[in-house]
Amino acid sequence: MSSFFAQEVPLTWYLLLSAALFSLGVIGFLIKRNLITVFMSIELMLNGVNLSFVTFAQQWHAVKGQIFVFFVMMVAAAEAAVGLAIIIAVFRARATLAVDRIDLMKL
Amino acid sequence: MNQFMNGYLHLWLIPLLPFAGFLLNGILGRGLPKWMVTTVALLAPLGAFLAVLNVGFLVYIHVNQGFWNHGVIDVPWVETCPLPWINIAALHVDFSFVLDQLSLVMLLIVTGVGFLIHVYSVGYMSDEEGYARYFSYLNLFLFFMTVLVLAGNALVMFVGWEGVGLASYLLIGFYFQKKSAADAGKKAFIVNRIGDVGFLIAMFLLVANFGTLTFTEVAAKLGMDPGWNGGVVTVIALCLMLGAAGKSAQLPLYIWLPDAMEGPTPVSALIHAATMVTAGVYMVARTHVLFDHSPFALGVVAIVGAATAIFAATIALAQNDIKRVLAYSTISQLGYMFLGCGVAAYSAAIFHLMTHAFFKALLFLAAGAVIHGLGGEQDLRKMGGLWKKLPVTFWTMTAAVFAIAGFWPFAGFFSKDAILYAAFLQGPNGRVLWFVGVVTALLTSFYMFRLWYLAFMGKPRGEDVHPHESPVSMLGPMVILALLSIGGGWIGIERFGSFLAPSVGARGAETGSAHLELILSGVAVGVALMGWLLAHLFYREKSALPARLADALPGGYKLLAGKYFVDEFYGAVIVKPLLGFSKVFLEWVVDVGILGGLAWLLGGIAMLAGAILQRWQSGNLRSYAAWLAAGAAAVLLFLLVQWQVVQAFMPIFHQGMAGN
Repeated sequence: MSSFFAQEVPLTWYLLLSAALFSLGVIGFLIKRNLITVFMSIELMLNGVNLSFVTFAQQWHAVKGQIFVFFVMMVAAAEAAVGLAIIIAVFRARATLAVDRIDLMKL
Repeated sequence: MNQFMNGYLHLWLIPLLPFAGFLLNGILGRGLPKWMVTTVALLAPLGAFLAVLNVGFLVYIHVNQGFWNHGVIDVPWVETCPLPWINIAALHVDFSFVLDQLSLVMLLIVTGVGFLIHVYSVGYMSDEEGYARYFSYLNLFLFFMTVLVLAGNALVMFVGWEGVGLASYLLIGFYFQKKSAADAGKKAFIVNRIGDVGFLIAMFLLVANFGTLTFTEVAAKLGMDPGWNGGVVTVIALCLMLGAAGKSAQLPLYIWLPDAMEGPTPVSALIHAATMVTAGVYMVARTHVLFDHSPFALGVVAIVGAATAIFAATIALAQNDIKRVLAYSTISQLGYMFLGCGVAAYSAAIFHLMTHAFFKALLFLAAGAVIHGLGGEQDLRKMGGLWKKLPVTFWTMTAAVFAIAGFWPFAGFFSKDAILYAAFLQGPNGRVLWFVGVVTALLTSFYMFRLWYLAFMGKPRGEDVHPHESPVSMLGPMVILALLSIGGGWIGIERFGSFLAPSVGARGAETGSAHLELILSGVAVGVALMGWLLAHLFYREKSALPARLADALPGGYKLLAGKYFVDEFYGAVIVKPLLGFSKVFLEWVVDVGILGGLAWLLGGIAMLAGAILQRWQSGNLRSYAAWLAAGAAAVLLFLLVQWQVVQAFMPIFHQGMAGN
């Protein structure tokens, strides 16, 4: 048993998890109607990418990947702040968060 | 000496002063008080005139010094090349100015008469709208005219040439609210373009054959190689003559000048009588080396000049507008100048150019004073008896009339005589030209005295006119010009010719004798006297005679009064077909059909594409996201396939390499 826990997790697993997270994010982004869910899907995608960053950083002992992750997290935090503010403003104006009905950008 | 003089002659000052005046009055003039506009407008030409005098004086001293020291006079005196202008392959053109005897004489005329007419304009234009605009244009004209005169090569001359055309256009159309004035301006510009094409082609040919546009270099190359006779030189000279005919209103391009009388009268005096229209004569004199190498071109110049002289003189016989009579008279006198050039008597032509500048400017100024005094009346038939009401105008006009008619000792006598004498010496053909010139002199005398009698003698024919004499600012220049019209010829062609000889060549072989010259002068004066007596008979003694003559020869009178219907002829033969061609082919086929159709086609394609692609922009966030994802998937797929292909073909590629 101990040998199982002493084993290193192979790189592929990390990458598969990362891809799975990213794909879930894409799918959620595409199929969900609620703006907040769409927003959360974006976060999911970002974190999927983050995971692959740290994986490679760990794998090749390069600190750059870690730094990238910090940047992404920072931008994601800012984005969350702005995005949520926009979502609240949209909800106040239109009383709905259904993505299909927020289509004012149309010609 | 040239190097030494270039430093302090400041030739550039001469054109630049009027240009400064143009800028000042043109930009600020509307906001400035009138006296300031006047001051600027008068200081510019006065400064230019003083600069010319100064330059002339300095040069005179140094030429004398040089003459005493080494017995040679540099020709041209000064040539400054301050600005390298165009450098393309083998062609080098500098913005160079040249001062020699010829340009000095022209500069004195242009700035001197120009200044006088500026002074006159102060009085004449005082009540007009656009006072500052008028003077800025007039200064602009002086700028370009001095550039034209000072030009050291054909291209700089062309700059001035086009510039005076522009100033002329602006001033003819000065009363642009009047359709006839605007049309006249356009006509002058367009007809001049035809001549300019000739000038341009001549320049191209000069570059192609001589590799230079500088007058002195062309002359040097022609002088070195006597094999340049005929051929290309003739073509260049004829093209130059076409340009000169446009600018100097010679057959067949004279038609713009009578219409140019729509401009204010001082403009007619300065631009369309004294200076600009003589630019063609000046240009021929400046490029005389080319003409000297082509007897054919010289013959053409002489024949065009003589034909224009007599042609315009006959039209002037039957005109009733005082300014039109003078306009045709100007064309006729310019014809004399070309006749002089055509018999290689360039100094005589320039001499006539000078005296003509004096008396014709005066004639126009006096006519302007008459028109001004009569409150805008230009019809000779409604004038009469003005000699008592406008004494100064009358006496100055009288001096000018005697001068143009060619009476001794007035200025016109000497210069016209010099041209006719030079023509007479050119063999049998020259005698024909001389005869044409003498007949023209008769006609000139007749129509000028006709004008004189109709305007000043007899009883007033207009109703309810109270003519008043003009202000001093107008009379002063007229009196000065009258003195010049009387005494301007006393320099004599001998002295004038020997002064100009370094620039335009000697006066030609003197095969005549003093005896012959005296006889010819006698003939000229006799003819002038005859014209006077005829006019006296027609318009003083038996005033019914002109009408009876017109009745007796209705066709002839109509032909003259209708100016030979040349305008109508050009209208029917050139303008109408051209307009029709423009309307039908250029407008409807080319513009509307081809260009417009193309524009519509391109626009239609864009609109169609837009209508289709518009559907993409649904505004639906999820559809955008789907396209994004699809795009990303496509890129990934592409990379994958590419990778597979590379993997598949790499071994083959390596094998190929190994096989070699």
